[in-house]
Amino acid sequence: MPPALDTHLDEDELAEIDFSDIEERYRVDLPTGFDTVVVVDNVPVVGDAKREKLLTMIRKMFSNMGAIKDLHMPTDPKTGESKGFLFIDFETPEGAAMAVRHGNGTRLDKRHVLAVNRFDDIETYTSVSDEYQEPEEEPFVEKEYMKSWLGDPRARDQWVMMKGEDVSIYWNNKGEQPDLVHSRSNWSDMYVSWSPKGTYLATFHKQGIVLWGGPSWSKIVRFPHTNVKLIDFSPNEKYLTTWSHEPFVTPEGEHHHIAIWDIVTGRKLRTFPLESSALGQQDGKQNTVKIDWPMFKWSHDDKYVARMLPDMISVYETPGMGLLDKKSFKIPGVKSFAWSPSDHILSYWTPESGNIPARVTLTQVPSRNTVRTKNLFNVIDCKLYWQSAGDYLLVRVERVKTKKSTMTNFEVFRMREKDVPVDVSEIDSNIEVTNIFWEPAGPRFAVLAQEGQKILCNFYQMVTAKDTTAGKKGGPSATDLAQGVKLLKSVDAKGTNQVIWSPKGRFCVLAGVRAFQGELQFWDVDELILMNTGEHYMCTDVEWDPTGRYVTTSVSWWRVQSDTGFIMWTFTGQVLAKQSVPFFKQLLWRPRPPILLSPEKQKQIRKNLKEYSKQFEEEDAAQTKAVSREVLEKRVRLWKEWNEYVARVRDDYERAKDLRTDIWGFDPEEVDEGEVEGVEEWVEEIIEETEEIVED
Amino acid sequence: MALYVTDATMGQPSTIWIVPVEEDLENQTDEFIRKIVITGPKATVASWGDLNKTIYTGHEDGTITIWDAETGEKIKSVKSHTESISDMQWSKDFGYFITASKDQTSKIFDGKTLKVMKTYTTERPVNSASLSPIRPHIMLGGGQEAMNVTTTGAKQGKFEVRFFHLPFEEEIGRVKGHFGPINTLAFHPDGRSFASGGEDGFVRLHHFDEDYFTFKYEEETLE
Repeated sequence: MPPALDTHLDEDELAEIDFSDIEERYRVDLPTGFDTVVVVDNVPVVGDAKREKLLTMIRKMFSNMGAIKDLHMPTDPKTGESKGFLFIDFETPEGAAMAVRHGNGTRLDKRHVLAVNRFDDIETYTSVSDEYQEPEEEPFVEKEYMKSWLGDPRARDQWVMMKGEDVSIYWNNKGEQPDLVHSRSNWSDMYVSWSPKGTYLATFHKQGIVLWGGPSWSKIVRFPHTNVKLIDFSPNEKYLTTWSHEPFVTPEGEHHHIAIWDIVTGRKLRTFPLESSALGQQDGKQNTVKIDWPMFKWSHDDKYVARMLPDMISVYETPGMGLLDKKSFKIPGVKSFAWSPSDHILSYWTPESGNIPARVTLTQVPSRNTVRTKNLFNVIDCKLYWQSAGDYLLVRVERVKTKKSTMTNFEVFRMREKDVPVDVSEIDSNIEVTNIFWEPAGPRFAVLAQEGQKILCNFYQMVTAKDTTAGKKGGPSATDLAQGVKLLKSVDAKGTNQVIWSPKGRFCVLAGVRAFQGELQFWDVDELILMNTGEHYMCTDVEWDPTGRYVTTSVSWWRVQSDTGFIMWTFTGQVLAKQSVPFFKQLLWRPRPPILLSPEKQKQIRKNLKEYSKQFEEEDAAQTKAVSREVLEKRVRLWKEWNEYVARVRDDYERAKDLRTDIWGFDPEEVDEGEVEGVEEWVEEIIEETEEIVED
Repeated sequence: MALYVTDATMGQPSTIWIVPVEEDLENQTDEFIRKIVITGPKATVASWGDLNKTIYTGHEDGTITIWDAETGEKIKSVKSHTESISDMQWSKDFGYFITASKDQTSKIFDGKTLKVMKTYTTERPVNSASLSPIRPHIMLGGGQEAMNVTTTGAKQGKFEVRFFHLPFEEEIGRVKGHFGPINTLAFHPDGRSFASGGEDGFVRLHHFDEDYFTFKYEEETLE
């Protein structure tokens, strides 16, 4: 039997012990029980005669907000009239909340504006002390320098790798072992994502999103949004959009699935419901709502964010998140839209409707002035492709040619020229365009298309009008305009379904990812030569580093369960390193913010590259020497250790020699040298015997 | 003496049987000298230890066990692999052995202590591993389960025998040729050639080139 509990304390001593700190800690605020009661003030003072009428009116007004349990209007016993206020007890606290929200400030008649408050609130406010208490000053905590990684003396880039449940951030060391910066297990429930300028790393959790950063990778800010599934950063890292299956329920009872947050303060700026047509797809079966993400598109400088709803585009201004001019852009039939990456211009297209032809429109925000429109005829579909610097907008138009066939043409809007001229380029009708990829900040784009069974990649360049009209008499003719879009080269792109440009332009990789076999072609588009081909079987992703020096191709476990890992290539297509990583999920390069040097300084650096190169080459050589020295020392040690071990094992074996010879019957180590007898044996076999009598 | 292992099937537990092998066929009986019943995960491979004193088994869960051959008692047990052991091969002098496991690694264990001396990691289940008798190399072979074969590289001969430098644990070469998973490997006792057998039904005999015997890491030659 266990010994009885002996407290060594008698009643008096127990009473002396101070439990107040525990009580304080565990004290639970009991509900006051009055959260269904509201006080309505500024009610007309009435005598008995009008009392019923007034009560009926009040009851009618407030029963809209919630079921009323009881109404009580106290009477002043001296005057016999009502006191000018009354209590309403609702069935539910929500009813009371609605009453406060909608009832407060409503006008009853000419002289009476109702004031509705929760009973509990009145209690709380009357108990506030009359003295002013200064808020406590919080000690200043200095924030870390968020851009510290850019100051790496060797100008290395970072990348984050997700492997199984571990997320690790590394410094890239070209082909050698990367240096680990930080690693954490179970850092994210889903995947991780960098902010557009590389300052933050976003991780997903059941409760919401957390952003991490700084040299010590501490928690910077947290956004509570239960079961968030999709996020989108604004281009300047000021705001974050999140979406979740589980909505925020507003006091009005609306379900808002989307929230926009301010990153610096962590405040939720505004929440939005899904547009009703998207909800309509639920069909009551499952909650499969089709989401076009990012649903809210940001302007380049974070000033505006816009969303397309049926027949309109709603543009909101930050940080207030109010609808711009309190009015959406009414565009009947609008199909898709996109911001210019460099200006406050919205581009969208509308299909044919009645007498109005299909049209692509460019509108200024906030003035709502039309910058340019282009009417298009016989349109089936349009897709908008902006060049990353906002210099060009390519609209791919698919139109009806005959009853059975369609044809494609490109309408390219030259944004930087006066009146935004449009170059039209018609694509051969037996070529079916699959995808278009602009060169970042460049005048070229690659088009992946299918011609019969072949897959082609065509490189085009936007040639300026100056080049085309030079030497021509008169103004530009129709054929001259076609020269605005010049075909540079058509390349056989067997096994390709993506063209991934280097972020600095000029170089690109033609790759066959996901459903394709992972064939890679490394192209220099300035010289139009194929530098190298390669392969990463079952490749699921291809990513350039932000400087355009390296390419990583990877096989992610999320799509393919075997042979996961990544390969690091130079931009010319040389393999630097192959890493097989079990349960590899993703590798993302950390983006860099835009370069701060002026164009003149950049030019100067390029000119003097030779001098700088010398210094870098020396550093590289010293680095590889250091690495190989480490490896050398390690190997020498391993070799020595192993040989010592083998010698010991050998000794043991030798010592047991006699015992062994007994068991075996002979010494297995002894080899009979030179006592091999060669035996030759002739075997005669009679195959056939015939007797032939030869006649004389 | 010889040993054989019966599977855990038909209600019987996995068991090691030790039987006598008579020089004279007339004296041969089918009675067993001893049997060792294995409780726990069944044995998948077994071999004699040095001097007939011990029996080493590899189990379905990755455990390696040493048994006393005379008393049938368990001497030692270690679980270093996480999945089934497919092969176990001794070094020439019975000091250490190499294992191949479905957990995609191969390890070298010290015979006495069962301490893991070296580990070789691959991306496929390893079906067989062997120690070179004359050079500090090991070779591994494996491949996905036959039913998963279509998901791996469809190129011919993708199933390779991989050679590793034993102490450095670095891959030094691969030999292609099989187009099915490799199930068994063995070095020739003189170390100058090796044999491989695979799911594709082929047994391949390989002879090493001359420079296989002479190439060395710089570190091997330093003192």
